[in-house]
Amino acid sequence: MGKLKLIIKREFLAKVKNKSFIILTILSPLLMVGLFSLIIFLNEKNSEEIRTVAFVDESHQLASIFDNSESTKYIDLTALGLDEARAKTKEFYYGLLYIPQNDSLVELSKGISFFSEDSPSLNLLSEIENKLEKKIRDLKIEQLHFDIDKIKATETNVVIVTENFSGEKSSKIGSLLRMAVGGGFGYLIFMFIIIYGTSVMRSVIEEKTSRIIEVIISSVKPFQLMLGKILGNALAGVLQFIIWAISAGLMLTAITYIFGIESASSGSAMAQMNPEIIQQVQETSTNDLQLVLQEIKNLPILTMFFSFIVYFLGGYLIYSSIYAAIGAAVDSETDTQQFMMPVLMPLIIAIYVGFSVIENPHGPIALGFSLFPLTSPIVMLMRIPFGVPWWQIITSMLLLIITFIVIVWFAAKIYRVGILMYGKKPSYKELYKWLKY
Amino acid sequence: MKNILTVENVCKNYGSFKALNNVSISVPEGSVFGLLGPNGAGKTSLIRIINQITLPDSGTIYLDGEKLQPHHIQNIGYLPEERGLYKSMKVGEQVLYLAQLKGMSKTEAKKKLSYWFEKFEITDWWDKKIQELSKGMAQKVQFIVTVLHTPKLLIFDEPFSGFDPINANLIKDEILQLRNEGASIIFSTHRMESVEELCDNIALINKSNKILDGKLNDIRQQYKTNQFEVGLLCIDKETVYSQINSQFIVEKSKSPSFNNDLRLLISLKNGETSSNLIQFLNNKAQITHFTEVIPSVNDIFLKAVANNG
Repeated sequence: MGKLKLIIKREFLAKVKNKSFIILTILSPLLMVGLFSLIIFLNEKNSEEIRTVAFVDESHQLASIFDNSESTKYIDLTALGLDEARAKTKEFYYGLLYIPQNDSLVELSKGISFFSEDSPSLNLLSEIENKLEKKIRDLKIEQLHFDIDKIKATETNVVIVTENFSGEKSSKIGSLLRMAVGGGFGYLIFMFIIIYGTSVMRSVIEEKTSRIIEVIISSVKPFQLMLGKILGNALAGVLQFIIWAISAGLMLTAITYIFGIESASSGSAMAQMNPEIIQQVQETSTNDLQLVLQEIKNLPILTMFFSFIVYFLGGYLIYSSIYAAIGAAVDSETDTQQFMMPVLMPLIIAIYVGFSVIENPHGPIALGFSLFPLTSPIVMLMRIPFGVPWWQIITSMLLLIITFIVIVWFAAKIYRVGILMYGKKPSYKELYKWLKY
Repeated sequence: MKNILTVENVCKNYGSFKALNNVSISVPEGSVFGLLGPNGAGKTSLIRIINQITLPDSGTIYLDGEKLQPHHIQNIGYLPEERGLYKSMKVGEQVLYLAQLKGMSKTEAKKKLSYWFEKFEITDWWDKKIQELSKGMAQKVQFIVTVLHTPKLLIFDEPFSGFDPINANLIKDEILQLRNEGASIIFSTHRMESVEELCDNIALINKSNKILDGKLNDIRQQYKTNQFEVGLLCIDKETVYSQINSQFIVEKSKSPSFNNDLRLLISLKNGETSSNLIQFLNNKAQITHFTEVIPSVNDIFLKAVANNG
């Protein structure tokens, strides 16, 4: 036991003291946040830019709809006539909207055109189109002598409230939340297995190529060394994830604080809007927040936490011992290719299946892959937020544990023989032979 | 004499390949033992079994009278043929780590380590990484790793490969010093001439089988051929040569000579003694050289292989 501790400590320190580990640990959150801020910043900058759009309204019916908005300013050049307005626009403005004279409202809607130097922003075009459609519709209603107010009164907004048979309210937000949580957990395990499994493999190859391996296993059992390596790397990984989580949290708080001021100012823009609408918006947003909280409460948090630990450990231990065996079987990292595919395959399939499972968490595919032990750590975790029957979880965990024991046993055998083999090109046949040594 | 190590009837197969076939050896305490044989004979397989890196298919091993057990690893120091250390780990940390894996406490290891570092005058290496050291320097560190826990049994696989002559001598002296302090040494090598003057006992291994073992002197006695190398100073070499040839079995020696004397390898016939030969030669010419040819381990090996063949 003491020796295992020594090995874990060395592997952990070797990993943590590694320059690339330190750089990656510190830089990635900075990079992520930096990138994030950059995107937000550019977005803000983009929307700050005010476009001036000139228009020539020969119909003299539509000019009233062109209110200046935050990003667009409208200038009426009807008095100049089309040709002069075009020349002026070319020199000074973003674009020119031309509405020809036409008595028929039907014809009018077809003849409108937009001139600009570059191809115009799609957002702007659809904004203008919306305005025009609305106005022309109102004009048509007027022409047909309908009462606009009465027609407006017929507009209805339907929100379907969904509820399951045991009486819990569910919502789209709930489903989204479940998807996010399940997908997040599954993806986290996927990333962790690949990053730290590879790291275990590298460390095994390093011991082999530096030839220290024989000195070490004349002091400790190969299995102890393998286990120590796997656990030491896992600890380094957990540390890295914790650092990432904390720093990401801190920086996100900082960012929302900085940009929070901006969103408050956009709130004041909202205040100019119809108070009725504001009330509606606020109502729905508080409702949504309550719903999210409600949904979080509805999640099987304890089950999720417990199963995350089990699947995380099981998945990582299974895959990292396979990685260790691969590392032992080869002489250099370039030889690992032929073995990597079969290892990555189930992981990648699990991720793909996982994201379709989110759509249909209780279908036969979901069930199958969440029981199959090489994919269950990812797929089952993605399913659990949607509620999974206990027998399925227990069966899946049992299968996982049995597979874990079998695979670790096989991997340890290959590892034990492989670390002392040099210059042999390992084939699957060769590996099979090693199992019998 | 007490044996520090006894190997009894050990067999080991790798798949269908037989690496060791019923091998038995015993290493007397406080001696230097040569485990000799060509590449691929099974030496390293045997050593790995003694180090409990692999298990024998059958057979028993006793260390210091006890059946080999996991805790015995702290009584064995092993310098493998494939040497190596963690490249990016500091020398001091690394040796301490490996010593602790052998079961030493940290303080004890530190004390021993400073003794060896001072002895080799390498105290300023403590914070260096192995990759900053030359190959020869790293080998010194590796040697310290092997002996630091003062094991009763030291096993050196191809001990002098990779050392320059000066360092090889330094290491050789250290090993003999350790022997004098009570450790038992096993040298395993295919370069038999490199260790034959050091070994008290040897075992010859060829193609998974032990073909010969015992005290080196006894074996030499057994394999001596009653052949003598002589140097004769004479004028008419042809005549002297034919005269000797009529009485003894003679070969021309290949060894070089000063002042152009006649060098011959002369074998005695049954019943003759060396004084007969000297008398005979003394009458023919002036003797400049007379030694008994001692069979080298290499020669013994070749003969033993032929005999077993």
